[in-house]
Amino acid sequence: MTPELLLLAVSVAGYTGGALAALAFRGVAARALVAAGALGGSLATLALGAWCLATGTTLAFAAPWLPLTGLALRADGLSAFFLTVVGLAAAAASIYGFGYSAHHDGRDSLRLLGAMFNVLLLSLTVQVLADNALTFLVTWEVMSLSAYFLVLVEHDQPGTVRAANWYLAVSHAGFAALIAAFLVLAAGDMTGSFAAMRSVGLTPGTRDLVFLLALVGFGTKAGVIPLHVWLPMAHPVAPSHVSAVLSGVVIKMGVYGLMRVALDLLGGGPAWWGGIVLGLGAVSALLGVLYALMEHDLKRLLAYHSVENMGIILLGVGAGLMFQSYGLPALATLGFVAGLYHTLNHACFKGLLFLGAGSVLYATRTRNMEDLGGLITRMPRTAVCFLVGAAAISALPPLNGFASEWLVFQTLMGGALVPRPEVAIGMPIAVAMLALTSGLAVACFVKAFGITFLALPRSTEAARAREVPASMQVGMLVLVGMCVALGLTPFLVVPVLSRALTGLGRLPMTPIGFSLHLPLSVAGVTGEMSPLLLAVGVALLGVLTAIVLRLLADRRLRVGDTWGCGRIGQTPRMEYTATAFAEPLRRVFAELYRPTEDLSIDFHPKSKYFVRTIAYRSEVQPWFERLLYTPFLSALRGAAAGVRQVQAGSLHLYLAYMTITLLALLVVARWSR
Amino acid sequence: MTVDVMMAAAQGLLALALAPAVVGLVRWLKARLQNRRGAPPWQPYRELRKLFQKEVVVSRHASWLFHLAPFVVFASTLAVAVIVPVLAVPLLVDRIGDLLVVVYLLLLGTFFLALAGLDPGSAFGGMGASRGVTVAALAEPTLAVAIFALARSAGSTNLGEIAARTIADPLSAVSPGHLLAFAALFIVMLAETGRLPIDNPATHLELTMIHEAMVLEYSGRYLALIEWAAALKLLVFFALLGNLFVPWGLARAFTLEAVMTAAGVFAVKVGVLAVAVAVLETRVAKLRLFRVPELLTASFVLALLAVTSSFLLR
Repeated sequence: MTPELLLLAVSVAGYTGGALAALAFRGVAARALVAAGALGGSLATLALGAWCLATGTTLAFAAPWLPLTGLALRADGLSAFFLTVVGLAAAAASIYGFGYSAHHDGRDSLRLLGAMFNVLLLSLTVQVLADNALTFLVTWEVMSLSAYFLVLVEHDQPGTVRAANWYLAVSHAGFAALIAAFLVLAAGDMTGSFAAMRSVGLTPGTRDLVFLLALVGFGTKAGVIPLHVWLPMAHPVAPSHVSAVLSGVVIKMGVYGLMRVALDLLGGGPAWWGGIVLGLGAVSALLGVLYALMEHDLKRLLAYHSVENMGIILLGVGAGLMFQSYGLPALATLGFVAGLYHTLNHACFKGLLFLGAGSVLYATRTRNMEDLGGLITRMPRTAVCFLVGAAAISALPPLNGFASEWLVFQTLMGGALVPRPEVAIGMPIAVAMLALTSGLAVACFVKAFGITFLALPRSTEAARAREVPASMQVGMLVLVGMCVALGLTPFLVVPVLSRALTGLGRLPMTPIGFSLHLPLSVAGVTGEMSPLLLAVGVALLGVLTAIVLRLLADRRLRVGDTWGCGRIGQTPRMEYTATAFAEPLRRVFAELYRPTEDLSIDFHPKSKYFVRTIAYRSEVQPWFERLLYTPFLSALRGAAAGVRQVQAGSLHLYLAYMTITLLALLVVARWSR
Repeated sequence: MTVDVMMAAAQGLLALALAPAVVGLVRWLKARLQNRRGAPPWQPYRELRKLFQKEVVVSRHASWLFHLAPFVVFASTLAVAVIVPVLAVPLLVDRIGDLLVVVYLLLLGTFFLALAGLDPGSAFGGMGASRGVTVAALAEPTLAVAIFALARSAGSTNLGEIAARTIADPLSAVSPGHLLAFAALFIVMLAETGRLPIDNPATHLELTMIHEAMVLEYSGRYLALIEWAAALKLLVFFALLGNLFVPWGLARAFTLEAVMTAAGVFAVKVGVLAVAVAVLETRVAKLRLFRVPELLTASFVLALLAVTSSFLLR
């Protein structure tokens, strides 16, 4: 048994053990064993991925004696990279989950949560290793279903069941597209092996069809706009460590699948493939962050940011596909590397932010930012962790979000090398949309952190909040460490990622080089930066300033009141709210939001200058969703009514249908021979 | 290597020393244009000295973040001043950060300043933070596309490279791409440094203010650091506008004579830009906050034209 297979076996054993323990034990024992199993499994997954990435070894395993086409596993660079992502986020979430799921002790929900969490991780691990269509599709479905059950764990909360149903319906629509894509791609080859798909010669039209089907299938999983509606519903209602895995890893399977099919199995295609992905990415990024800005539910805000970040990832991947078809392989590699780097980074900082939001929820029992505030003094460690995550997702140097966004920017600017008008105009617009996205992300996370953690608490729950248990802190700290480490070391990460991509599709075998700083010299596009030196430099300057100030400036410090225009005594009601904070941007983008406002004031009967109560409600409806989905849903309902005509409920009728179908098939089979 | 480090340090120190004078100069020019006598251009140095000698008053509701923010803002802006070509190109500091790094380092300062505005729980601070990040976010696309335009003609996002290419090809300095990008960046400079018509640096305690509202709770040495960083930011933008678009005068060799000349030429460029800002601030009134996006959209269109023109005219 090779070490790779051993690690895989340990990983599978860990997940299976965790799932079984959830069913066999109760209470704290179950919780501990679930966490231990998931942690062991995910660490083995992480080790396997990192080992394959570092050494370039591959893994192959097949069990053809299983039913149908059997199980086939193979790890190349791309699989190994995604294994690393899965393992990393899952490990942190498992540790965190031990403390977080304490309130499920003694309830049946713990069984569902523990079992399904491990099943989800198992399916993710096997899925990125799948080497035939059947393995891929089965694990895909197991992943979707286990995620569905995880979303349902807190089904007694309002809105959860509806969210889960949406998720299930959209997932299956996507799944149908995937089945179709793989059926076409297999082109009659009954083994459905990926190796056969790579060599099958399809006509250009058929290849386009496969690509579009795959884009729909994987796009629904990735939460790409306009297929994202389920994401901001489903992710927030799941338990927070599950949300971290859902947003950090599960939606990334859309990216994995798209790269596997479009780049590996189809070997790339015409430029418009990349153009579509690029366009969807730009729209998802910008609209994702715009809707996040209007959200005052902390976890829903984060879920919309997942849509945004999937957009940024797709900007890199789409640019990669596009440059590949224009015969710029080095630039294409850069695009894919940027996309993958952001995938890894997003898994870290979004995982971290969901865990942080979970800690806030754990301590205050509310996700509504308008009821929070002042947590920085009550939950100091959670606050620091959330701040690091907020800075990372806002792409602030020297954290990891910046490193990958910088690469995406450089890739897009490489569009200057393509002498075509649509690229010459499209790329600057994509650059501008990405820049606006990252600017708005800063605004959004100043709001998210500032309103939630700073100033005075806006409710008694927030005022009474206390720091979360150690296991939850450790889970967050792991990801804080990764956000910092990945941000400082792009010179290590980039070469590994580009090596993971070599040989995929028609990408060149030359990885992008590295040194302490990050010099990019990809055929005419160059740029250099070094987050490590930058961090050291800024830190040195800051410390130096502090020392000089201590020596030369006045050192007196007096604690007083916040200035209140002469008013004495400050209350939380004087603070800016999340709604007020986002108000300027809501006005600027009013055409997009089309907010509805409802203001009712109850005056004193004697004088209208005395207000008794004042109520203000404002809602933002994503109008284009309704525009897109309402006709589709009503058509679907009409079709369902039509089908109901056929489904009369009579057994005889069904038997007749079966006989007729069988006869028809036999005739067709005879005819076509 | 040693020379490079010394040059970088010299750039940082020169920018640090010169920054208050630039703010003072703009104020003095404005006063003269408005027929006032005005405080002398070196007044900001006196103000800084005064602030450094005063005690700090901190709200009882403020957290550690309030104490940290001035240092982050100051250090990140100073780091930008070291990276941006002030005296000479190309330097080794080019390898630490390119033009994108400059933009995002400045954004780091905005991030912490906005959080510090929210921290003491004052409505003014919240309002300033909200407006500050709104303006910063809306200025981002213009900045990025203007960078694209510069990077496109230079083939690199490195600051030294951009300046060196323009020196090598003087005609490119008057190409439509460069001129449009200059105009776009100038408008963004007004927004980023809180000048009229976007923000009024002279106003206090009015509902129109942005930057002043964010830093309202600061006093003493903390306020001094923030004011100094704001002045430094203005100088950094002057250096970008002056040395990336009109790079002549930058030292190409590290002789004392060349560096002194570069410092002199830089002072002249800063003076010209200061006059431009002062005249502009005297001529225009402050825009309503919700008209600011229109101005920034205009600057964005200029930047977009700058990129596409270099394609169309090729």
